[in-house]
Amino acid sequence: MNRLITKLAGFNMKNPVIAASGTFGYGHDYEQYYDPSILGGISSKGLTLNPKPGNKGIRLWETPSGLLNSIGLENPGIRAFAREVYKMSEIDTMVIVNLGGDNLEEYIEGASILNDSPIDMIELNISCPNVKAGGMAFGMQCDSAALITREIKKVTKHPLMVKLSPNAPNVADVGVACAESGADALSLVNTFQGMAIDIKTKKAVFENTYAGLSGPAIKPIALRMVHQTVKAVSIPVVGLGGISSWQDALEFIMAGATAVQIGTGNFPNPNLGKEIVRGLQKYCEKNGIINIDEIRGII
Amino acid sequence: MAVILENRDLGDSMFLMITDHGVDSAPGQFYMVRGWDKYPLLSRPISIFDSDGKTTKFLYRVVGEGTDLLSKLKPGDEVQLQGPYGNGFPEIKGNRIALVGGGIGTAPLYLAAKEIKRKNPEKELVLYLGFENSSHAQELFEDIEADARFKIGGYITDIIDFKSHDAVLTCGPEAMMKAVFHEAKDICGEIYVSMEKRMACGVGACLGCTCETKAGNRRTCKDGPVFEGSEVFFE
Repeated sequence: MNRLITKLAGFNMKNPVIAASGTFGYGHDYEQYYDPSILGGISSKGLTLNPKPGNKGIRLWETPSGLLNSIGLENPGIRAFAREVYKMSEIDTMVIVNLGGDNLEEYIEGASILNDSPIDMIELNISCPNVKAGGMAFGMQCDSAALITREIKKVTKHPLMVKLSPNAPNVADVGVACAESGADALSLVNTFQGMAIDIKTKKAVFENTYAGLSGPAIKPIALRMVHQTVKAVSIPVVGLGGISSWQDALEFIMAGATAVQIGTGNFPNPNLGKEIVRGLQKYCEKNGIINIDEIRGII
Repeated sequence: MAVILENRDLGDSMFLMITDHGVDSAPGQFYMVRGWDKYPLLSRPISIFDSDGKTTKFLYRVVGEGTDLLSKLKPGDEVQLQGPYGNGFPEIKGNRIALVGGGIGTAPLYLAAKEIKRKNPEKELVLYLGFENSSHAQELFEDIEADARFKIGGYITDIIDFKSHDAVLTCGPEAMMKAVFHEAKDICGEIYVSMEKRMACGVGACLGCTCETKAGNRRTCKDGPVFEGSEVFFE
């Protein structure tokens, strides 16, 4: 008996484990390790209306228990992706497209094009710290986050999940603003803005100076933010940030997350998605939990 | 998990790790290697020095925390090997092949030379191997049926007469590979370069190792690490 069935914005997921955007390509890259359809959902690499080459220079920098990245939303553009979307939608799971943009118009046009795609949800990326225009800017304040959520809701026929930035002064407030503007779900957190300096060259490591920090180092802060946001809104919250084991995933669920996303954890352990699904199922069996919902939000 | 059979200090920060991993791999491919539990966070991309169906060997240099930890492992210790990843060197049509390596970039050329000789014993191979300092790493290349020429310090291109070759495989510092490409491009029909980039996933998912090419961005881990020289050095 599957004890992990989870409802998210009207979709019945097999389990609450979603591969996070930017860490799982378009769903097929880890197939040599496991069948991606065992996951509850997959969020695509961030897509923008027009193709983006991404950032130059160093894109990755390891930190204690963490990873700074500055990919810069490299992607082939939504139109090129539309031809490939069928490949992703062939995976029997909740298919989520992560949508980014340089400005409001681009986001709107991108969302409109996606209306013709056989996807299950849009994850609105208003939290990427690695692009000069757009990106995180919309996610830093309540009014801009509310505006973009409202405008996308007007054009999209897909359920809308808004991905929040932990760099906002108060992420729970931004979550409330998105919920009031029609978001069907929230996901948090995207990466924390960070920095590294190469003392040999006496220069910032990244061409953009700042980059996004992910990995186990951010987990306690992400968990706290998810907990606070869950308490502040009545729409589902998908938690992510440094999850590297089924125990981590369970913490987020106990904090009230409807589902979790696994991102950086896929890199050191390409079997992580499979292991978390199995670990959660076994935990429920051992503890006599019929559905994981019974322990969701108990904190 | 693979078991380490030997982890030999070759001097000049270089080590040869021999594991009991028996999976066949192609020359130019690599593994994401991990000799620890959770930290450091990422596994390390290390190219395959040799693979004979019984063992997999890595020639690596200690450059940071991860490779330092690898260098301290002892026979009997376990390492996790994810892979083999990457495309590897293609079949070479040329008959007079130069394999040009710089520093730790010499590592994948051993298996490359061995495989070419195994499949086409009639082909002439010359290995041009440059190191900053002499070390026991040089000795590792002595059992290949090929002429191995070494250069300690200075520019490897100083000892290569590209006119006596019709194909080039190269791996090493980017500046070296670029110089090799430019000296060889009008003479040799086939030039393949093996790129090195920081990597997180190794499977093409994270786009951390993007390499700019004439045809647009390519993933070093999945589309590479071997590219045609003209694809990478097009400016």
